[in-house]
Amino acid sequence: MSFATALRCRECKREFLLEAQYVCDFCFGPLEVAYDYDAMREAVSRDSIERGPTSMWRYADLLPCDAENAVDIQAGFTPLIRASRLGEELGIDTLYLKNDCANPTWSFKDRVVTVAATKAREFHFQTLACASTGNLANSVAAHAASAGLDAFVFIPSDLEQGKIVGSAIYSPTLVAVDGNYDDVNRLCSELAGKYPWAFVNVNMRPYYAEGSKTLGYEVAEQLGWRAPDHCVAPMASGSLYVKIWKGLQELGNLGLIDEPKTRMSGAQATGCSPIVTAWNAESPDIRPVRPQTIAKSLAIGNPADGYYALGVLGETGGHGVSADDDEIVEGMKLLARTEGVFAETAGGVVVAGLKKLAESGRIKKDEVTVAFITGAGLKTQEAVMDTLEPPLRIEPSIVSFEEALGERQPGVKAASA
Amino acid sequence: MATQRVKFTFLQQLITLPIIYELGKEFNVVTNIRRADVTEDRGWVVLELEGDMEEIERGLEWVAEKGVRVDPVQGDIVEG
Repeated sequence: MSFATALRCRECKREFLLEAQYVCDFCFGPLEVAYDYDAMREAVSRDSIERGPTSMWRYADLLPCDAENAVDIQAGFTPLIRASRLGEELGIDTLYLKNDCANPTWSFKDRVVTVAATKAREFHFQTLACASTGNLANSVAAHAASAGLDAFVFIPSDLEQGKIVGSAIYSPTLVAVDGNYDDVNRLCSELAGKYPWAFVNVNMRPYYAEGSKTLGYEVAEQLGWRAPDHCVAPMASGSLYVKIWKGLQELGNLGLIDEPKTRMSGAQATGCSPIVTAWNAESPDIRPVRPQTIAKSLAIGNPADGYYALGVLGETGGHGVSADDDEIVEGMKLLARTEGVFAETAGGVVVAGLKKLAESGRIKKDEVTVAFITGAGLKTQEAVMDTLEPPLRIEPSIVSFEEALGERQPGVKAASA
Repeated sequence: MATQRVKFTFLQQLITLPIIYELGKEFNVVTNIRRADVTEDRGWVVLELEGDMEEIERGLEWVAEKGVRVDPVQGDIVEG
C-alpha cells in the first residue's frame, strides 16, 4: 500500500490533499508528495522488497500509488553493469553503469510515466499528455496505449527521427511545435489550464517526479544494500538528479541501508548548462539559457529543479561538469567501445563528465562509482552517424574481402596472405 | 474577471525599474506578489494578476516588451 499522506509545498511547507494539483495555492511554490515514514518503516523490509516483482513496482510501498492499480509495462529494475573496461580506461577501480536503456521504451522516463499514468487513472482522467524532448513522448504514448487512455504528446519540431517514430508507433496525437522545448512546455502549461487532461509533467508532476527515486533504490539494492560512494547523473531540469539522492536518503531513513554518504555529481551539455554554470560561479542563481546542444534530451534552458540540484551538489560534496558536442560524441563512442552500451547523447554527456571528473581527481580511484545511462542510442543515431566508419563494401568473394580489409587494416592483410 | 499566475524574471539592467508598479498603473490589472527573490544583479517575482483577460494579456505583452522574461507559474520547466 502507499504511505503518501499529502502534497507539501517545497517552499512554504503547507500541505494539500493528494489531488491533481502541482502548485501551492498560497505561494505558488512546487508541490511534492509527503509520506508517513514511520508507518512505511514498519511495513517495508529488504525481504519484502526482494520478494516483489522484477520491476520498479517492487518499491510500490515507497511510491505515491498502489501497485494493484499500476499502469505497468515493466519499467525499471534495469541492469547495474560492472564497467571494468571503461573503469580501467578512466582510472576508476570500481565503476558501474546503471543501464536504463533497458526500459520498455528505452529510457528512464518509463519510471516516471508509470507512476504518473497510474495516478492519472486513479484520478479518472481519460487523456494522458506531455511536453517532451522525445523520451517522455515515447513513454507517455506507450503507457497510454497500455492503459487504454487517449494520448496527446507535444514535441519540438526539430527532434531526432528515432524519437518521433518511437512515439508515433503507439498512435498518440503527436503535435510537433515550431520552437524549442521551453516553448513547448510553456504551451502545454497553458493547455493544462484549458483541457481536462493529465499532463504528466505539469499537473501530475508531484507524482511523476517520484518515479525517479527508484533509480536510487535499485542501485543500492543491486550493490547489496549499500549506497555508492559517488554517482554521476545527467541534469536537465535537475529533477532526476535530485530524486536519485532522495531515493538513497529514504533508504537510509528507513534503515534499509546505512546513512548514505554518496557524493552526487551532475553532468550537463555545455550548450545548455545553467546549473553547472551557477555551480562553477558559486552562485545560487540559475540564469535561463537558450539551449544549443546535440543532447536534446537535456536541452532545458530554464531548469525547474536547478536550485534544488545546486543544493544537492553542495550538500553531498559532488561536482558539476559539462561536455561540449564533440566530447558528447566521444563519450558515446567510448561507452560503446569499452562496454558494448549504445547510449543516447545524454549518456555521452555522462561519460564525458565521468572522464573529466576522473582525470581531475574529483572521482577518487577507489570510490564505488555509478554512472547513470538514461536512454538508448538508437533514438539519437544522427549524433554519431557521420563519425563512424562506413561498412566495407565488397563483392561476394574472399579476394574482394581481403582486398578491402587490406585497405582498411594493412596489417591484417599481411597476416592472412 | 480572470486571474493568471505568472513568474517575471528580471536581468540586471531591469532590476531597478518599477515594472510591477507601472503594470498596475498603466493597465487595469491588480498585481499580487506571492514569492520573490531579488538580488543586486537579477531577480524573479511570482505573482497573481487579476483583471479582464484581455487587459492581463496586454499588460503581459508590455512587460515582455520591456525585456522581462514572462513564464506561466504552471510552466516550471521539467525535463522531457
